Amino acid sequence: MYEKRLDGRDFDEVRKMEAKVGVIKRADGSAYFKFGNTWAYAAVYGPRNLYPKFLQDPSRGILRCNYNMMPFSSSGERVRPGGSRRSKEISLVTTNALLPVLDLDEFPNSVVDVFIELPQTEAGSRCAGINAAAMALADAGLAMKDLVSAVSVGRVGDKLLVDLDYSEEAYEEGPVADIPIAIMPSSGKITLLQMDGLLPKEDLKTLIGMARKACRRIYNLQKTALKEKYKSGE
Amino acid sequence: MGKFFVKQKDIVVPGEELAEGMDILPSVWTYREGDKIIARRVGLVDIKGRTIKLIPLSGKYIPKKNDVIICKVTDISFNGWRVDTNSAYPAMLSIREATSDYIAKGTDLTQYLNIGEYIVAKVINVTSQKLVDISMKGPGLHKLRGGRIIRVSPHKVPRIIGKQGSMVSMLKRETKCQIVVGQNGLVWIKGEPDKELLVEKAIRKIEKESHTTGLTESIKSFLEKGL
Repeated sequence: MYEKRLDGRDFDEVRKMEAKVGVIKRADGSAYFKFGNTWAYAAVYGPRNLYPKFLQDPSRGILRCNYNMMPFSSSGERVRPGGSRRSKEISLVTTNALLPVLDLDEFPNSVVDVFIELPQTEAGSRCAGINAAAMALADAGLAMKDLVSAVSVGRVGDKLLVDLDYSEEAYEEGPVADIPIAIMPSSGKITLLQMDGLLPKEDLKTLIGMARKACRRIYNLQKTALKEKYKSGE
Repeated sequence: MGKFFVKQKDIVVPGEELAEGMDILPSVWTYREGDKIIARRVGLVDIKGRTIKLIPLSGKYIPKKNDVIICKVTDISFNGWRVDTNSAYPAMLSIREATSDYIAKGTDLTQYLNIGEYIVAKVINVTSQKLVDISMKGPGLHKLRGGRIIRVSPHKVPRIIGKQGSMVSMLKRETKCQIVVGQNGLVWIKGEPDKELLVEKAIRKIEKESHTTGLTESIKSFLEKGL
């Protein structure tokens, strides 16, 4: 069975993380977030005018997220450029994961666009995207009641672990369950919970607890990255 | 008795706890959750007595009544002009707010303002749905001819203007340029070409060093070196 992780990490250890805010000059807010070899760049544009007009909401601004894997970003085959079923779904769950913290009441009829680009990936890309997007939205000066931190947890063989990489997701000698979770760190509320695979109920409870701990570390990194940008007065 | 978790001028991020206790009052860009006060955006902490507020550091311009802004004409309609305000919302400039001339029906409005031209205007009304009306009637409000436009963060505009306009009047004095700073983050500079460039460099320097003290003096010496 799965005794030791393939890359030598502890079972509750996240891959090496890196975060930086203000990486895209022309955007209103931007950030990157890296989980090991999974890199996500997020750029926020807006609030800005929204057309076509029938998409406008007169009571509040809307949020549009766009998740995109670059053509040679994955370790497998070339990703066909442009949208796919998968990217459309991830864009939607990203939007839904970020909306609960965002307050766009002050911007009726407008839109905030978030573009998440992944130059290279090795599992956990939607979580990296959400982490980067949350920082970029804060950088864009939007009203938010909290940040959002996300991590994937799961079960490989009979072991429960945090932040699966691709080799673990593709583990073949036992059952694998992969659960991306996004959490609002201050209140502890969950804004994204998906699962791929089978898992007993008790394990899920343990895994959510593990995700909370990991998200706490991710949140601290997001916080430092944001403060780092503004400390120098930029 | 309430307790503050942050100091004056700390940088905070959304969701960060600022203070605890019902005797401390949340002011702009903060909210109360239980007996804690929490930040609603990235900003600088400003504590005044028992109230706590945040000074925003980033974000787009939001049109506000009585702001003097620089806009670009984007469209012409029956009763006026539509302009871009460098915010999420375009503004309308009606004929009666643009000129005191008598304009007969069917006059070609491009002889007053054409698409692509820049104007200095004042926001006269903003509705809840962010319909913005602007006016060019008033001192200092006019069409901009020549010169160059640069964009800065709207949150740095107070530093570019300085206390009672000290910074911008110093820039004008030292470089003999005409300068208009719009609250929406557009700055118009007109003068000798090399002086225009110098002003632009100085403004970029102000943006970068806006948090330092003695900024006017250091910009003054910067301009003298550049002259």
